[in-house]
Amino acid sequence: MAQFNTNQFKGGLKIILDGDPYTIVENEFVKPGKGQAFNRVKVRNLKTNRTVERTFKSGDSVEAADVFNLDLQYLYQDDEFYHFMEPNSFEQYQASEAAVGDAAKWLKPQDHCDVTLWNGVPLQVDAPNFVTLAVTETDPGVRGNTSSGGTKPATLETGAVVQVPLFIEEGEVLRVDTRKGEYVSRASEG
Amino acid sequence: MTDEAPSWRPSATRETLARRAALFADVRRFMAERGVMEVDTGVIGRAPPAERGLDALSVAGAGWLAPSPEHALKRLLAAGSGAIYQLGHVFRAGESGRWHNPEFCMLEWYRPGARMADVVEETAALLAAVAGTSVVERVRYRDVFREHVGLDPLAAGPAALARAADERGVAPPGAPADSRVFWLDLLMSVVVQPRLGRNGPVCVSGFPADDAVLVEIEPADARISRRFEIYWQGVELANGAQELTDPERARAAMARENEAREAAGAAPVPTDTALLAAMDHGLPASAGVALGVDRLLALMLGHDGIGAVLPFAWARR
Repeated sequence: MAQFNTNQFKGGLKIILDGDPYTIVENEFVKPGKGQAFNRVKVRNLKTNRTVERTFKSGDSVEAADVFNLDLQYLYQDDEFYHFMEPNSFEQYQASEAAVGDAAKWLKPQDHCDVTLWNGVPLQVDAPNFVTLAVTETDPGVRGNTSSGGTKPATLETGAVVQVPLFIEEGEVLRVDTRKGEYVSRASEG
Repeated sequence: MTDEAPSWRPSATRETLARRAALFADVRRFMAERGVMEVDTGVIGRAPPAERGLDALSVAGAGWLAPSPEHALKRLLAAGSGAIYQLGHVFRAGESGRWHNPEFCMLEWYRPGARMADVVEETAALLAAVAGTSVVERVRYRDVFREHVGLDPLAAGPAALARAADERGVAPPGAPADSRVFWLDLLMSVVVQPRLGRNGPVCVSGFPADDAVLVEIEPADARISRRFEIYWQGVELANGAQELTDPERARAAMARENEAREAAGAAPVPTDTALLAAMDHGLPASAGVALGVDRLLALMLGHDGIGAVLPFAWARR
């Protein structure tokens, strides 16, 4: 099993602690002039996203986590899993609802996602920063009103609801920022 | 993953290098005015110091890069040098971080005939002269440890210290459960030290004697060594002591440190017989102190680490 020595610690390193995968956020070497050396690290649990502080004796080793990211294409959802495919190898991956989390409401088949895998299993799915989605339901548009303020809710084809300008009609395709959950523009104007 | 080639460029700006040069000049002026003679003992010694917490870099076929000039300076004292100081580079294997560099600049000086309190005052005077600050608070190790950890560091056993570390979530895996020295180092450096010196340099004196090597023990209480540290903004800046003169106690302490190294799975180090011979000849009662010059400069300039005050930090060596 691969190990990392504390002298290899740095931000972004993936390690196993108490059986869970963590990423190192911050590493600080601490040592009294004549005493024992320690590494104080801030680590983020990749399953829960919680950040905690841990202390290690300098020179000790910690198990490396087999964690890496892949660009995967979203295929479809069934009762249990969200299914993804690596577009070059056609290898398929199944992500649990917990791994997909909030990304679920932005996922449209064919879109590409950044997926974090642990031991080959999706741990976290990040929606693309921007998606283009059609409006399936919204109040009728106000013609000619293309600039002034005022918004209304619009339901998108994935079920997500975003605030859109009053002039947007059902059936229009929009560009949406998934990080803020905000309308950006009509896709044709993107 | 490919590692980028380190930049050839300096870590410090031209302006910082000028401040660094000025600090060296100020230190030398301070020492000259007080009649302390500059010496420049070699960076390679025949044997490394015995302290378990110091890991010296060896030089193939030649000896060891000195983690501090202490042994050489004490041999000069025994030969009748009078008050001396060295301003130069020292080397410590594996010490790399925001406030650590495996090679760093140390100012170390000794005064024959001085007591520990004298060098505390002289260190305070130095800080006033070169850094425009001074020692704003003097506390005992026992008191400051009790204040922040809630245990008496002289009386608490390893189990109680381990429990205190565990309660604070700072106990590392694989800790040597029965080592008082280990738990004291841990609690002092991750719980107490970060809170010290926020309003200016603070002097902490009377460290537990458990790991004292070349330091006098308090005659009235053998649990306490006559050692002090200066902390500023949570950073260890200087370490000083009333120096041990008894060669038999030195031999015993050095042997004990080697046992501790072996217990921790590290190789024992050769004993510095030249230092012991000098102590057999007679080391004058002295007090001395070592101060990290890079740290002092970084704190003076408001940096959050020493990288920005080194001409070339370790990663750019």
